[in-house]
Amino acid sequence: MPAHPGWFEQIYGARARHLLVLTGCFLLAGYAVLELGPDQLFDSDVWWQSPAVWFLGGAIVVDLVLFPLCSAADRVLNAVPRAERRPRRRGLRVPIVNYIRVPVLASGLLLLLFFPGIIEQGKGSHLAATGHTQDPFLGRWLWLTVLFCCLSVLAYSIRYGAGRLRTMRTMRTIERERDD
Amino acid sequence: MRWRSPIRGPWLTSVFGAVLLAALPVVTLTGLLSYLAYAPQLGQAIPGDVGWLKLPTFQWPTSPAWLYQLNQGIHVVLGMVIIPVVLAKLWSVTPKLFTWPPVRSPAHALERLSLLLLVGSVLFELATGVLNIQYDYIFGFSFYAAHYFGAWVFIAAFIAHVCLKLPRMIESLRSRSLRTELRTPLAETHPEPPDADGLVSSDPAPPTMSRRGALALVGGGSALVLLLSVGQTIGGVLRPLSALLPRGRVLGDGPNDFQVNRTAAAARISPDDTGEVWRLTLRGGDGDVSLSRPQLLAMPQHTADLPIACVEGWSTTQTWTGVRLADLARLAGVGEPASAQVESLQRSGAFNDAALQHNQVLDPDSLLALRVNGADLSLDHGFPARIIVPALPGVHNTKWVRSIEFRT
Repeated sequence: MPAHPGWFEQIYGARARHLLVLTGCFLLAGYAVLELGPDQLFDSDVWWQSPAVWFLGGAIVVDLVLFPLCSAADRVLNAVPRAERRPRRRGLRVPIVNYIRVPVLASGLLLLLFFPGIIEQGKGSHLAATGHTQDPFLGRWLWLTVLFCCLSVLAYSIRYGAGRLRTMRTMRTIERERDD
Repeated sequence: MRWRSPIRGPWLTSVFGAVLLAALPVVTLTGLLSYLAYAPQLGQAIPGDVGWLKLPTFQWPTSPAWLYQLNQGIHVVLGMVIIPVVLAKLWSVTPKLFTWPPVRSPAHALERLSLLLLVGSVLFELATGVLNIQYDYIFGFSFYAAHYFGAWVFIAAFIAHVCLKLPRMIESLRSRSLRTELRTPLAETHPEPPDADGLVSSDPAPPTMSRRGALALVGGGSALVLLLSVGQTIGGVLRPLSALLPRGRVLGDGPNDFQVNRTAAAARISPDDTGEVWRLTLRGGDGDVSLSRPQLLAMPQHTADLPIACVEGWSTTQTWTGVRLADLARLAGVGEPASAQVESLQRSGAFNDAALQHNQVLDPDSLLALRVNGADLSLDHGFPARIIVPALPGVHNTKWVRSIEFRT
């Protein structure tokens, strides 16, 4: 980088290459919209059934709804174990937070991806295409969720058990050493 | 707003970025190839007119027969598998969305606008794709047109983002060793040093997950999606794994017990039209040729194992028996057809006719199938006769064929 930014950089805020790259980006994206037909962007009787709404909506839903919700839920989750964090059984403690996060996120991911089948949305077109109803999907998703929870409980029990065993052994060794 | 994640930082963002840098071009390219597989030169790709926005057109080959199965399998499965990575990448850069002041310079404003295009288009493509493979058309607009032009907005924004950020990504990846991170437990997990982009929290919470834990979480999510989606592409014993997808069902042991693409009932095919009155009409020669099903069955029969592979990424390979399309072309008096137009008994719908390229008519495995797995086709699978051509997109294997016009 030059020690003294030139006049262009002072006004624009970056080097000319930056502007060149972004100009190319907007030209190509603009051309794609032109080819689609700008009127198509909002071409709908129902306001939310337009490509433009879905385009912006995706970014808004993920950044301003999904992530804040997840982060709020995570904050609650982290607050609970902290309240019971007491020194009494310090050595035994296996933090439970990730054993809750993982099954919830796994189940949530499957819901996010496969919700049309799970909530039976698009019944008619699904039946016309496949000859089958969407009946089994809700049950299967619930069973998978139960499976994730069980696996998590199992993993936690093993970690907890192993932790306890280790602590007990250590304490016994200390006692024995003290006796010697 | 306070960002407190102690593992957020340029290194973690760059790891997700590197994965997407490898995967997203593959998803995009297979999508653009699929457009060519629909043979835009025959005027039947959707959307029809795309101006300059397509790969150089070439004649989609018929060999290997599983080419379209592979292409769409990769497009759909990989597209789904990267969803956890896309979400993780977006999560890792959320502080930048709320950066203050929102605009520092014209350059900053333009770059943020390009990022809106990038995030908007990637989520748009993923959302419409995920809905489409589940036959959920709640979005209301034309999937094909929106998904195709949306892809070009994505391509524009993605290339720009890579041009502007690649050096930063490489630099960040070099700032820590992946091998060391994979050996670092929670107790030794510390925030990355402060960065120019402000990803690293200035007030980090105590870590509850190591960096390797976060990578395992995202990777595990991707692995789970892979496990639940690959079965409907590969089929066989893996099919039931796609338990939450429309094509995960094993239908039975019968010769016609495989996945149906559009039922006869939905296509309004009446048994009256497919009974003894049914005739296949061949056009293109001096006069029309009309053939009954017994006459077709009396012609030389050829058997081939061919997949039906749909744009939605599912497929099923069966053993088809019928008359070679090349034989029918000769019978019609057109030995070297440039293309063929196949029409179905189905009166309405986007795919009640399809054009076949020269090579698709003449491939020795291209059939007008009458039987499947040793039995007559069922009505749902296109009785009295259907097209089956190697490596052809599923919907172009026209069912309930009424006529074939060979064009020179």
